[in-house]
Amino acid sequence: MRSSSPAVEVSGLVKDFGPVSSLDGKKIRVLDGVSLCAEKGQVTALLGANGAGKTTTLECAQGLQKASAGSVRLLGEDPWRAGADLRSRVGIMLQEGGLPPAVRPVPLLRHVAGMFASPLKVDDLAGRLGIDSFARTSVRRLSGGQKQRLALACALVGDPEVLFLDEPSAGLDPQSRNIVFELISELRTEGMAIILTTHLLDDAQKLADYVYILDQGRTVRQGTVPELTAHAADATRELQFEARAGLTLPFARVPHLQLTERSPGHYGVSGALTPKDLAVLAAWWEEEGVLPASLSLTSRSLEDVFLDISGRGIR
Amino acid sequence: MTASPLPVRVLQHGRYETVAMLRNGEQLVLAIVLPLLALTAIAFTPFFDVLEVPRLEAGTPGVIALCVLSTAFTGQGIATGFDRRYGVLRFLSTTPLGRSGLILGKVLAVGAVLGIQVTVICTTAILFGWQLPLGGLVPALAMLVPGIAAFTALGLLIAGTLRPEATLAVTNLVWVLLAAVGGIIIPRSSLPEAIQPIIALLPSAALGDGLRAALTSGAFDLPSFALLCGWAAVVGVAAVRWFKWS
Repeated sequence: MRSSSPAVEVSGLVKDFGPVSSLDGKKIRVLDGVSLCAEKGQVTALLGANGAGKTTTLECAQGLQKASAGSVRLLGEDPWRAGADLRSRVGIMLQEGGLPPAVRPVPLLRHVAGMFASPLKVDDLAGRLGIDSFARTSVRRLSGGQKQRLALACALVGDPEVLFLDEPSAGLDPQSRNIVFELISELRTEGMAIILTTHLLDDAQKLADYVYILDQGRTVRQGTVPELTAHAADATRELQFEARAGLTLPFARVPHLQLTERSPGHYGVSGALTPKDLAVLAAWWEEEGVLPASLSLTSRSLEDVFLDISGRGIR
Repeated sequence: MTASPLPVRVLQHGRYETVAMLRNGEQLVLAIVLPLLALTAIAFTPFFDVLEVPRLEAGTPGVIALCVLSTAFTGQGIATGFDRRYGVLRFLSTTPLGRSGLILGKVLAVGAVLGIQVTVICTTAILFGWQLPLGGLVPALAMLVPGIAAFTALGLLIAGTLRPEATLAVTNLVWVLLAAVGGIIIPRSSLPEAIQPIIALLPSAALGDGLRAALTSGAFDLPSFALLCGWAAVVGVAAVRWFKWS
């Protein structure tokens, strides 16, 4: 640890794009109040559906986009005005790699390494990420996973204090994914601050020490994975059932429960369910003349937390 | 960790871009083959005999100006346009190289490739019987600097505002137009009178005239030099203002 302040600190971040001609010259608000904090020695995950604002948040934190409002601090400095010294302490893997298509992997990695005063050994890194196995292929002919590993190597070669990974597991086969995940865990142990975006809950559950859930340009929930799913573990379970559409729960009898009809006939009852509640529900079904076509009781996973926030339909 | 010093980063990126340009077949055709064809045509056809000076003396400066158009404008513009499309500009600007280092490296590469082009053209011209006018080298070099700046800025402006396919089309079309009637190879004074006032304002004519004045009579063509500086300044500001990195 080089200092005790967080590696990345974002508060009240707002980002407008535009003016957009197809919207009569209006601006689009892509981020509308994102706040987050990424510590050294931790993996911080930004979780959200497509279009939630994950990449834009990252780009503002990296200094690739200028914040419209709010404050962004990268290693205590304003990333928009970052000079070479700040950039040398930060490694960035972009979503679309940005690797020049005509070059070969190792010369490219050497070129990037040359921008740093004391980079990691290129051969070691290339070996670790299996880049030497496709060293003679030009970037344009690499598979998605190979490009991804090369982009990661380019982000790491300067031995950064902060590592940004935009969708790191996109395009990776299971073997490459293991290699990359192992490396990320190791780097965290060494004290690197790692900030990644993902829409894969599994990634977040496996890797992240701390998760921020983004929805429609806002950070709507945050916590460790156990914290986010905590209510589920002890009190909050969800009861799901299928029956005819249009039922309403007799709230007077179970005021602490919520009923949601996610699609016609598909219900979820959430809250601190007790055995007595089940008896009340059964009595209610009897009154309504309903025999549920299916019935299940589940703990909440990170996926449920996520889907509750982002909605279950496709945007 | 810490970054390499700026000169190291820029030199390294300049070398990287130079190698990339020299490895690109289309760029080599544009940068070396077409100017060599033009020089050969000038040397072995009577076309330039209407001028008062020997063919090669009248024609070689224009071929050098054509090299600037090839490399600083068309070649550089197309390469940058596609780098922008593939996100290479963003990627490199996140490293300690940064945006300024990236542009400086590109300018360095244009200079290096032009050095090679001019050496090839001059050597060939000398083999064809051209007398290298030593007294004209300094004014010629003085003319090349704002010429390279103006055409690099123009190439970057187009690459940074249009789609790469459009950049490819526009920069190639402009190359053909300027090479033919831009006052580069055929002096402005030999072009149809009706278009002369327009041609006189173009950076291509200024560079062609300036290099011809330098290499035929050792003169420094101040109006052309000023016009090139003006183009470089205006287009440079426009490029900084409108260039989109992604």
